Amino acid sequence: MKIFNFHLMPYAHADMAEIDRNGAAWVTYSNSHYDPVKGAQLFNDYLDELEKADELGFDGVCVNEHHQTAYGMMPVPGVLAGALSRKIKKSKLAILGRALPLVNNPLTIAEEYAILDNITRGRVIAGFVRGIGAEYHSMGVNPAESNQRFVEAHDLIVQSWTKPGPFAFEGKYYNLRYVNPWPLPYQKPHPPIWTPSSGSISTIRWSAAHRYTYCQTLAPIANVARVFDAFREEADKCGYQASPDQLAWSNAIYIAETDEKARREARPYLETYGKFFKMNPVMMSPPGYSSIESVKRQRTMRGQRPQTPDDLIDLGTVIVGSPNTVREKLAASQDLAGFGYSLTKTQFGTMPHEMAVVNQAAVAEEVLPYFKDRVPQPAKRAAAE
Amino acid sequence: MPRTDTVRSNNIDIRVQRGGSGGPLLFLPDAHIGAAWLLFHDKLAQRFEVILPEHPGYGGGDAPFWLERVPDLANFYLDLMAQLDLKRVHLVGAALGGWIAAELATRNAARLASLTLIDPWGLRVDGVGGIDPFASVDERTLRDLFFDARAADASVARVLAPEGEDALLKGKMVTAKLAWQPRLHDPQLAKWLHRIDVPTLIVWGKEDRLLPPPYGAAWQKAIPNARLVTLVGAGHVPHVEEPADTAGVIVDFIAQQRVAT
Repeated sequence: MKIFNFHLMPYAHADMAEIDRNGAAWVTYSNSHYDPVKGAQLFNDYLDELEKADELGFDGVCVNEHHQTAYGMMPVPGVLAGALSRKIKKSKLAILGRALPLVNNPLTIAEEYAILDNITRGRVIAGFVRGIGAEYHSMGVNPAESNQRFVEAHDLIVQSWTKPGPFAFEGKYYNLRYVNPWPLPYQKPHPPIWTPSSGSISTIRWSAAHRYTYCQTLAPIANVARVFDAFREEADKCGYQASPDQLAWSNAIYIAETDEKARREARPYLETYGKFFKMNPVMMSPPGYSSIESVKRQRTMRGQRPQTPDDLIDLGTVIVGSPNTVREKLAASQDLAGFGYSLTKTQFGTMPHEMAVVNQAAVAEEVLPYFKDRVPQPAKRAAAE
Repeated sequence: MPRTDTVRSNNIDIRVQRGGSGGPLLFLPDAHIGAAWLLFHDKLAQRFEVILPEHPGYGGGDAPFWLERVPDLANFYLDLMAQLDLKRVHLVGAALGGWIAAELATRNAARLASLTLIDPWGLRVDGVGGIDPFASVDERTLRDLFFDARAADASVARVLAPEGEDALLKGKMVTAKLAWQPRLHDPQLAKWLHRIDVPTLIVWGKEDRLLPPPYGAAWQKAIPNARLVTLVGAGHVPHVEEPADTAGVIVDFIAQQRVAT
């Protein structure tokens, strides 16, 4: 298993009571609550954490992209990746954005990834996402065009990396007389492409068909296993067997001496982690963003009670416990869901830097060495279930 | 009671209700209440043959491939009027339907005798904000269309009925395609509204919270010799909330044009 250190870079000084009153930490939570002095400290602390991850032996570091939210302060992840690119010496640099449909010229993303891939001499992982529904409110892009724009932008970027320029790209949403980006990526034919999603079947199908790596966002491990099963089935339909390296699970880990202590310490930050997710459900699901079938499916799932920190732990959405418990649960999760990558947050919610650093070191010491060459053991799946 | 026909045009079947007798009055519905035959239509049917089509993409079926922008619907209804051989048409449109009607009239008004726009979308007045119809749950969005939230009860019950789920979800998708960005307007439209050369009536709900009354004034200014009537006690859908008054204003306006010509 490869273990990456994933940061969301939350605005940890967000006023949780105000988020409750506003009903959302996204789009409408006023940026008058943003204090740049505090924000500057957070950016530097968080970048320190990711630089440290490289030294500690994590296989990679991850940044991502969200807009107009206290949930994460990385609307332009390439800037953060650029700041990291000269510091991290061994680990991969995964950008689990960019949201392709949100830009009007996807070549800027091809260029950005290519620069990062050159600076790191080929350690970039190119994430392609659609962005969550709320982003179509904050960025003024038509959600009903999201799917088509995504596919077209992807085609443009990959062609720009693989087909000698200049050439013309004639799409419906992107139409360019000259496609000839300098520089080109360091990796040939191009950096690995990862497609993070919350489990959309159309994304799973598309990703499997392209033999990309699919990343599942935070979800109970049983759901993650079902989603990864679906990916493997789609790969089978495409005539190949999906490898564990095509599956990445996004989680959070917190370690303390005992299970009880770990739970006690993690709870407040799992609580605020949940609050950062809070958003207007209508804005989360703008018309046309998802197919009619998935909208109907989401409707039937409404009314489920919000998950408490203990739910998150008990359902295996996050892993919290003593070193031994964490190792057992991570191994069982890998055997159940069959993934090759763990994208692990060691800071979450409003957890302060000092605490995150201790947790990160614990994960590096107590987890990383034990999983270096570990592969999923499907025979143990039944036990894990 | 109106009769319902299915009409095929531009590769799509749409439902068209017709009732009453007199000169043809083509009513293009809004995006939220939709093509329901209302008291308003009964009132108009006393003087006109009211023709009420359901917009492509709004009846529960899939939207045709060509439906992407409001001008697509303007051309669609130009074709439909020709196909039905309608002449001297009184074209009336509400909200989204008003936007389509205005766009249509800038293109070709040869079949029109008059144009009535009820709280139409399509223009942008800088600095005048309104409620975002894409930001709330369905029931709230519907009630926001009304001055008196209780007046929305019947519409809420009909539009949100379980059997209408497909029509609602698919219709919202089409509305997003047409009106998400730029929100509820087309910056290209304003510069051609001066071409509209048929008698034009603008009806505005004084309590419209989506597009407040300054929008009505902007429309009146943009279309030569347009008349503006503001209805007290009505929100964004005066034809639903104040059907008798709204129909009365339209009937009077058309009658005056006949005297004048």
